[in-house]
Amino acid sequence: MARPSIPKPTARLLSGRLGPWWELFYRFGPPRWTTYMRHNWAGKRLVIAVPYLWLLLFFLGPFIIVFKISFSEVRLAMPPYAPLWQWVTEKAIDVHLNLGNYLFLLTDDLYVSSYLYSLKVAAISTVFCLLIAYPMAYAMARSSPATRNIYLMLIILPFWTSFLLRVYAWIGLLKNNGVINNVLLALGVIDEPITMMQTDFAVFIGIVYSYLPFMILPLYSNLEKHDFTLLEAAADLGAGPVTSFLRVTLPLSVPGIIAGSLLVFIPAVGEYVIPSLLGSSDQLMIGRVLSDEFFANRDWPVASAVAIAMLLLLMVPIMLFQHFQSRELAGAK
Amino acid sequence: MKRRHWFSKTGLWLGLSFLYLPIVSMIVFSFNNSRLVTVWDAPNSPTLKWYGELFRNEQILGAAWLSIRIAAMTATGAVVLGTLAGLVLARFGPFRGRALLSGMTTAPLVMPEVITGLSLLLLFVALEQLTGWPEARDAATITIAHITFSMAYVTIVVQSRLAGFDNSLEEAALDLGARPAKVFFRITLPLIVPAIMSGWLLAFTLSWDDVVVSQFVAGPGSTTLPMVIFSKVRLGVSPDVNALATIMVLIVATGVVTSAIWMRRQERRRDREMQMAAAANK
Repeated sequence: MARPSIPKPTARLLSGRLGPWWELFYRFGPPRWTTYMRHNWAGKRLVIAVPYLWLLLFFLGPFIIVFKISFSEVRLAMPPYAPLWQWVTEKAIDVHLNLGNYLFLLTDDLYVSSYLYSLKVAAISTVFCLLIAYPMAYAMARSSPATRNIYLMLIILPFWTSFLLRVYAWIGLLKNNGVINNVLLALGVIDEPITMMQTDFAVFIGIVYSYLPFMILPLYSNLEKHDFTLLEAAADLGAGPVTSFLRVTLPLSVPGIIAGSLLVFIPAVGEYVIPSLLGSSDQLMIGRVLSDEFFANRDWPVASAVAIAMLLLLMVPIMLFQHFQSRELAGAK
Repeated sequence: MKRRHWFSKTGLWLGLSFLYLPIVSMIVFSFNNSRLVTVWDAPNSPTLKWYGELFRNEQILGAAWLSIRIAAMTATGAVVLGTLAGLVLARFGPFRGRALLSGMTTAPLVMPEVITGLSLLLLFVALEQLTGWPEARDAATITIAHITFSMAYVTIVVQSRLAGFDNSLEEAALDLGARPAKVFFRITLPLIVPAIMSGWLLAFTLSWDDVVVSQFVAGPGSTTLPMVIFSKVRLGVSPDVNALATIMVLIVATGVVTSAIWMRRQERRRDREMQMAAAANK
């Protein structure tokens, strides 16, 4: 069966149609535009070099330093880590490659359980995000173009307001004497306040709430491109609404689901602000462990090792995604 | 056909109320007289007491001014770098190292903030040891850090805007003998002005909002507004933060609505002009 053709994405972030969010991770096909390159001009290299050098120095460079420091030993000095190598004489170099930090991460329960807990929280939040976002994106995609723009604006508006303050607002809602408990008490639904703050529930709420737009937008930009006559064809062939959703809409929206899920899952694993404000201090998420290690214990090498381990953990989802995406696009052509 | 969508429609409205419930409650309770924030003190409310308190709070005002300056510098720097990167990725075709540039502009979008913050601080410390710069961590280091993670967003916006236009105008200008720099300023730039503007605002917001990265790269003398708010709300809710939030939400809402209207008007005008041009060519 021939796949329905998906129109070329024309992207306008604020004006209704959204860009293809999966393009954030993947650039497809042979490059089509060589306008500026066609001409051999002096500024060409400069135009490429400026952003390139900036990112090399301030984005890629730092990771190499983090990697290096994760192998050194902590010491009481400024900066609080021992150099990896020292010139003993003019020709001999003394290298201290210390794997202790990584062994420490593996043997101490705190780190392993924090990693697992972070993965669990991020995974559950992603699933809830998806369950809430899918109907929203679907309804948006099926409404008329004029109302779509209004919905899009309503979705994007909270995204422009302070993330910190929106998380803070949940404290006022979830507290023991907060709005939700007060309303439930006044209605007589409960007799005593439910403890919601400093629980996993509060962390889920916080993450789902803050990352919901990141799930809705890629889903919407996928669903918006669907050819809805396919559903009519399915109905004509006798499929009920549930069957046609499961057999037509859902499979076609897989790229949107994956893009949205990764946009939520990856940052949520390292989330720091939300668990600090809403979560309990019994079970820490890994972002909190990293910053405690760094600020409270001043153990920069272990903090670096935590960061590298987190990075390795998150490389896998990104790679998987890229792999899936390239196969998907190769199949669609 | 219509009846089938009641489920997703309900979901949409429930979701939207989930998004707006905390914001609305924050606004309502900013007018509450009680210090207990969520206990409505009916006889003495609504009151503007907390707004008055907010404007007398030197620490918050100072931090807000610092944050505005950092955010404005960040947004400007990010727009310059991000536009260049977006242009290179969308219009320059293949060149050696393109994949790396593409990766480096997209990775910051999903990178957990603690990792970005830690790595940038370690870079600044290493740079200081090697070159003596930066002597102290201050607004400059925060700005550099913010530019680094926010330029990725500008790049994406500019790149996808450019992908929405074909390059025939630029090709034509180049064929007619215009130099690439002139083509950029006379043709490409005017086409991507809306993207540059939303990129500037996006970078401004990201910088204005950031607490985690700032905490890592800030020195003792440079406390931004989110850092003040974060340390305040860690100790519990405080009513003047509600007032601050209300002011910020109002500013943002006005800005977003105005710019959306303005952009739609621009978009319509452009479409009309295109149609007229097409009609004239017939």
